[in-house]
Amino acid sequence: MSVLTLTIEGRDVAGQTGHTILQVARENGIAIPTLCHLQGLSDVGACRLCVVEVEGQRKLFPACVTTIDEGMKVTVNSERLAAHRRRIVELLFTERNHICSVCVADRNCELQDLAVEVGLTHFDLPLLSPQAVVDATHERFGIDHNRCVLCTRCVRVCDEIEGAHTWDVMGRGTEARLITDMGIPWGDSNTCTSCGKCVQVCPTGALFEKGRSVAEARRRRPYLPYLVAHEGRTR
Amino acid sequence: MSKPRLATIWLDGCSGCHMSLLDMDERLFDITERVDIVYGALVDVKEFPEDVDVTLVEGAISSEDDLRKIYEVRRNTRVLVSLGDCAVTSNVPGMRNQIGPAAILERAYLENVTINPQLPGPMVPRLLAMSRPVHAVVKVDVFVPGCPPSADLIHSVLDDLISGRVPVTAGVTCFG
Repeated sequence: MSVLTLTIEGRDVAGQTGHTILQVARENGIAIPTLCHLQGLSDVGACRLCVVEVEGQRKLFPACVTTIDEGMKVTVNSERLAAHRRRIVELLFTERNHICSVCVADRNCELQDLAVEVGLTHFDLPLLSPQAVVDATHERFGIDHNRCVLCTRCVRVCDEIEGAHTWDVMGRGTEARLITDMGIPWGDSNTCTSCGKCVQVCPTGALFEKGRSVAEARRRRPYLPYLVAHEGRTR
Repeated sequence: MSKPRLATIWLDGCSGCHMSLLDMDERLFDITERVDIVYGALVDVKEFPEDVDVTLVEGAISSEDDLRKIYEVRRNTRVLVSLGDCAVTSNVPGMRNQIGPAAILERAYLENVTINPQLPGPMVPRLLAMSRPVHAVVKVDVFVPGCPPSADLIHSVLDDLISGRVPVTAGVTCFG
């Protein structure tokens, strides 16, 4: 494996053949905003937030899936890139129903944080306000399609780490929706192992654990097997 | 030189943004020294006055009354501030947009009511088809997201505006 040298944001850096711009930038402490990327999962370039400029090229390149080249000159921050990133986050917000104030992920949300990072204070685009459903058929988890940004982290973690491939995406464009198995309710899935990895990797409030919002505290008395008072009671 | 004229107005919101405004504690004395509060929930004035320098707008535009008021506000205001998520994004009031006003009213005033169920009469302003952010209806000069925006943020925005500076809210406050 040979070493390639390039510049990112005017800094001389080096990386190995096959490494991505994002990888090399982060190794060198150069920040590039991302959303669909999650270390340990394959990269798919779904969100386009990590777009960078490469000298001599007119089009923009997603840093997470673009491998480095010898002598490459990469720009990470420019007015053009900032405008594109702001627009991307705006599109994500306006395509579904993201109501931060009443979301299970409020203050723990990568989309909410990104809005601050890219300086988005309002939406110039109209809100699409689509009809989107909540599937709460799974015993322990739920999916709120109102909050989904189609980053496909859940699809990848389920396939690549858990090996179940319960999740996938159906439809195109604004009609695209996450599905479990062949579009059946999550609770009916016989491939889901209920491992919860999808919930842990979700950047927004789309995938959530039940029992964490108002009036949902359920006691699990069997955890106290030495108490007899609870015997036969579920609540 | 006379003091800047400040107004606040409460449209389709929960009043939380006004509460957050009041939450700036002793800094309220400083602010009220430096401006004339000419309209809003904090003063007893019935008609929106002319020649207002700054108006803080809380709430989304959801009813015919909101619509009438926001046009009047815009006509008479130099710097219009969308204060909080309802004004900026339509937030919680906008959650009815997928459902529509007829079904919402039926649910709230007929289905869920046990005593004398009836739809609101002509005394209650009619709901618009959609609850919309303020800037979907009139031009907005300053956006202050947050549910509610913190008292510190509201103070710094007011301090900037009173001092003739343009407040920068990008990167300092989040939705929610």
